[in-house]
Amino acid sequence: MKRWLLIVAAAGIAWLAGQVHAHKPSDSYLTLSVESETISGQWDIALRDLDFALGLDANQDGEITWGEVRARHADIAAYALSRLRLGPATAPCPVKVTQQLIDDHSDGAYSVLRFTATCAAAPKTLEVGYRLFFDLDPQHRGLIRLEYRGATRAGIFSVDQPEQKFTLTQLSRWEQFLDYGKEGVWHIWTGFDHILFLLSLLLPAVLVHSTVAGRGWQPAQSFRATFVDVVKVVTAFTLAHSLTLSLAALGVVSLPSRLVESAIALSVVLAALNNLRPLVYGRRWVIAFGFGLIHGFGFASVLSDLGLPQDALLIALVAFNLGVEIGQLAIVGIFLPIAYALRSSGFYRRVLFAYGSTAIAVIAFVWLTERALNVQWIGA
Amino acid sequence: MQFSFPLWFPTSVAILCAAVGATAAPHLPIDDAQVLERLPSRTTPQFRELKVLQAAAAQAPNDLSRAVALATAYVRASRVEGDPRFLGYAEATLAPWWKDPAAPNAVLVLRATIRQSSHRFDDAVSDLNLVLQRDPRNAQAILTRATVLTVQGRYEEARADCDRLGRVAPQIYGVICAAAIDSLTGRAGSAYDSLERALLTLPRIDGAARVWGETLLGEIAHRRGDPAAEAHFRAALAVGDRDLYLLGAYCDWLLDQARPGEVLALLQNETRVDPLLLRLALAQKALNRPEAGQSIDALAARFDASHARGDTVHQRENARFELALRGDPQSALRYATADWQVQREPADLRILAEAAAAAKDAAALAVVRTWLTETGFEYPAIAALAGDRRLAAK
Repeated sequence: MKRWLLIVAAAGIAWLAGQVHAHKPSDSYLTLSVESETISGQWDIALRDLDFALGLDANQDGEITWGEVRARHADIAAYALSRLRLGPATAPCPVKVTQQLIDDHSDGAYSVLRFTATCAAAPKTLEVGYRLFFDLDPQHRGLIRLEYRGATRAGIFSVDQPEQKFTLTQLSRWEQFLDYGKEGVWHIWTGFDHILFLLSLLLPAVLVHSTVAGRGWQPAQSFRATFVDVVKVVTAFTLAHSLTLSLAALGVVSLPSRLVESAIALSVVLAALNNLRPLVYGRRWVIAFGFGLIHGFGFASVLSDLGLPQDALLIALVAFNLGVEIGQLAIVGIFLPIAYALRSSGFYRRVLFAYGSTAIAVIAFVWLTERALNVQWIGA
Repeated sequence: MQFSFPLWFPTSVAILCAAVGATAAPHLPIDDAQVLERLPSRTTPQFRELKVLQAAAAQAPNDLSRAVALATAYVRASRVEGDPRFLGYAEATLAPWWKDPAAPNAVLVLRATIRQSSHRFDDAVSDLNLVLQRDPRNAQAILTRATVLTVQGRYEEARADCDRLGRVAPQIYGVICAAAIDSLTGRAGSAYDSLERALLTLPRIDGAARVWGETLLGEIAHRRGDPAAEAHFRAALAVGDRDLYLLGAYCDWLLDQARPGEVLALLQNETRVDPLLLRLALAQKALNRPEAGQSIDALAARFDASHARGDTVHQRENARFELALRGDPQSALRYATADWQVQREPADLRILAEAAAAAKDAAALAVVRTWLTETGFEYPAIAALAGDRRLAAK
């Protein structure tokens, strides 16, 4: 009868052809991000697989609890890391686990290992050796995603292909410069708060505030005077935000981002309100400079999100800043001729200037309440 | 409408990125008692047997009989749990012999079973050919080869194996094997009758043979539009063994009968098994249940993950998903066509016909009509979809 046990089992198996892959098979997900000689990584490994290898379910009740996983963190890290090699076999980069978390994928819970590896020098090609679970489950696959300088590459490790080599194309200095410059332009064009602040200060540039009470804003008489006014505002804004951007990027000063973002919103509100009830008009460059300092901190947080290359810090900083200025000048270049041409019309003064400034103030006030939410002294 | 595999390569990187990135956020659980993952039951006799076999094999990894016993248990577990991991474990257990083209027969039979499950049908057949050269009366090898050949649509060779099987195994296996092929080649009526009679009269019918036989009767009745299908599926379920294929086949019948409520009840707790989750989602959609969205998202994530690892074993389900749940006939037809290059089972033909009809693809419909004509396969619903009035009326 024993002979038929096998045939019965196999009858079902064979007959299930095409249906056997009912579950997702075993995969792990490895993400590496290379930043000169430092590699930071995240490795998601299914708890199911770790249980088969290490026996996580300590009390054998068929349920893996967080406590059971936590108790084995050291074993999990040691098991996984001994099966991963970053760098050449002769001189692998030492890897240290920084954090172990849990994530839910479509097919169950995964242990998430976050780690950093420090290589002797910035690798030109990164060799990765992967042997996780291949001895226990040759159908296991390691899916790798490598991020380097904004580009992402993918690969699959299998028992037949446990080694992969990634060429880390070194961008030339000039390419790096262009990259960060583009980011700067892009940031000012997509950063509506900066644009609205600038517009609030530029809207009155083609007008003159009459000293005669009750006459309000009148069209400017000369393009020269208007141009000088614009140059003063833009230059002041540029100087100020370049200063704080540099200080923040170099780590000299740092401010909490909610404070910075709220202050930026406030600066837009005040600049727009100043058009409706002018407190400062002749010397708007002073506003531009004062608040420009705050906007610089905003730019700096974008730059730090992009990741500053330690080997080319100055290049990145200068390029990003130049990008911001170019983006800003483009806005001025489009705005100024149109505004100057329209300055005498009622449409400009009543609709664009008055309603425009009101709309900007309202939008910025909404930002302010959003960004400052829970901050008592601003009083949302 | 030929589907070419290299089409996948340019998109694979993007899919992989999506799959690697598309998860919830990693977090730190707060409570030590929080259950993160549920494993297959550890209290069953099968699990205890597995533990014993694991321990025995661990003591002597190069002992052939211990390795074969453990690998067989793993293959069985993969079938019960529907988890392909167990096939990987079986492969690892057989590592000392795995790469040997002339491995011992017991290893070759298991290797063929594991290879066919990842759709390496030709490799599986060549392993089995070698076994049967050495041992022409190896029932296991004959049955597995008959099955693989059937999936490939090589009916004549498969039918010869069924005849051989009847001489070396309990007769019922030969009858079921033959009925399965006859029902695909224009003799559904006589296959049904002889199988039904055999299940009533033959001696030595164990539970597994009964489940297999009754499920097959249910499927033949389903295709012929015979309401007797229900009684057969229920007879198979009554045997009591967990059988994922049977559940899927019964739910397909229920869905065709517009009885999605029963599918919901049957599959509520089977969401880990992709083909069953697919049927659950179809039932939920038919009932306008809000959970349908969740099930569809989960399926999409699993198909993405499967593409990311380069698997193509899910194409039949993927096609059905695209057609019935995503409403994308073009995409469904691409998957169904690729699937048809590899597998030729009734379900593969049906999704090909459905996708082709929905996409109004004349060339693909012609493939379906040609197949029906050449094999004599009786499936009026498919014939109607393919626009063959003569076969549809049969």
